[in-house]
Amino acid sequence: MEAFKDKQDSNKWSNREGLKGWLNPTRYGWERLSYWLMRLTGLFLLLYFVGHVYETSNLVGGLDAWNAMLELTQTTYGHIFLILVIGTSTFHSINGIRLIFAETARGLGKPGRPDYPYEAGSLNNIQRSGIWVALILAAAAMLYGSSVLFGGE
Amino acid sequence: MKKKFLLARDTSEINLPRASDDTSDIVLNIYRGGPNQKPENSYDSYRVPVSRWTTVLDALIYAKERLDSSVAIRYSCRMASCGSCGMKINGIPRLACYTKISELGTHTITCEPLPNFPLIRDLVTDFQEFFDHHKKIQPYIQNLHPDPSIDKLSEFEQTPQQVDEFLQFSYCIKCGLCYSACPTVATDTKFPGPQALAQAYRYFADSRDDAVEKRLSIVDDKHGIWRCHFAGSCSKVCPKGVDPALGIQMLRSHMMSITKKPKKRLAELRETSREGS
Repeated sequence: MEAFKDKQDSNKWSNREGLKGWLNPTRYGWERLSYWLMRLTGLFLLLYFVGHVYETSNLVGGLDAWNAMLELTQTTYGHIFLILVIGTSTFHSINGIRLIFAETARGLGKPGRPDYPYEAGSLNNIQRSGIWVALILAAAAMLYGSSVLFGGE
Repeated sequence: MKKKFLLARDTSEINLPRASDDTSDIVLNIYRGGPNQKPENSYDSYRVPVSRWTTVLDALIYAKERLDSSVAIRYSCRMASCGSCGMKINGIPRLACYTKISELGTHTITCEPLPNFPLIRDLVTDFQEFFDHHKKIQPYIQNLHPDPSIDKLSEFEQTPQQVDEFLQFSYCIKCGLCYSACPTVATDTKFPGPQALAQAYRYFADSRDDAVEKRLSIVDDKHGIWRCHFAGSCSKVCPKGVDPALGIQMLRSHMMSITKKPKKRLAELRETSREGS
């Protein structure tokens, strides 16, 4: 019986979505999009952090080495990268604050008796507003950053 | 009937099995796969007549009864009570009996097995792992210290407010849609999933239950409740309004406050729970 069960188990096809399960943000609404952006911006900021540590470590190479490194950020691509840093850090911060409140059950509503069509209380306008505010502020910060970085050229 | 293995969206030039000359036909693409079927990731397409109130399950049953009896589907109540007919319909986990063709707004319906569940055949998946997670959180009322002043044969009394604390979460039909939609479940096999965690809150919030710390010690794990990142997809797909995301955040909120209590006690309970299992 055990051998039969093992054979059955080995025959079953694993159907786990894996990474592609969370890489597609379009299927489940704003909250899933926010989840996706939070991860994406987090990874980007992690890369930026590593690069930033490398950049500042050039200080020990003297003033010339430091200036050469700074010149990299004064190119068009350098500016675009910095604008992305501004946008991602703004979104990650604002959405992170929303999540701190949400994950401690603030702004989610209270349990009740669900009525058709069963709209989830936790996916309410407070949460969506938080996501929109994070997106709008990130866009505004990127626009301001663009005007500062590219405005002088 | 000779099967044609097709890609889901590549149905335009295929000579489909035709059920009738009804002008409101739809193309029903059904995932075909199983241990002994090749090629992988293939779909069979059927033309099925539909009316205004036809559900996806109605269309599947039509296809199975009249066009191809080898299609494997699982269903029972046909009224969103048993949770048997969960599947991915046009990319989103839904109950086939609860999804009207008309509400999908397309004439091409693609049915696939629920993601994150091992596939048995076609649209039938294995729920064993899902039920194991559910059992692990001890989904039953535990009350070791009932009030001795109450007659043993009488029921536990609760106020309407106390019932409202957990009633929403007790509507779960264990259909697995939330488990299927959860991005954490997609990458972590040890994560209990939204259903089990919401049920942990359901018993936590029940005034009749006194196994609070014991149950919390089960979900307080690095693969447990802390792996939820509030993507909200579980609540989005729930067909019964259970809102697992709310339950999980409520439970997590209580757990954060419980850390004020001695952590040693929680560690002891966790150890006892492991020995017991």
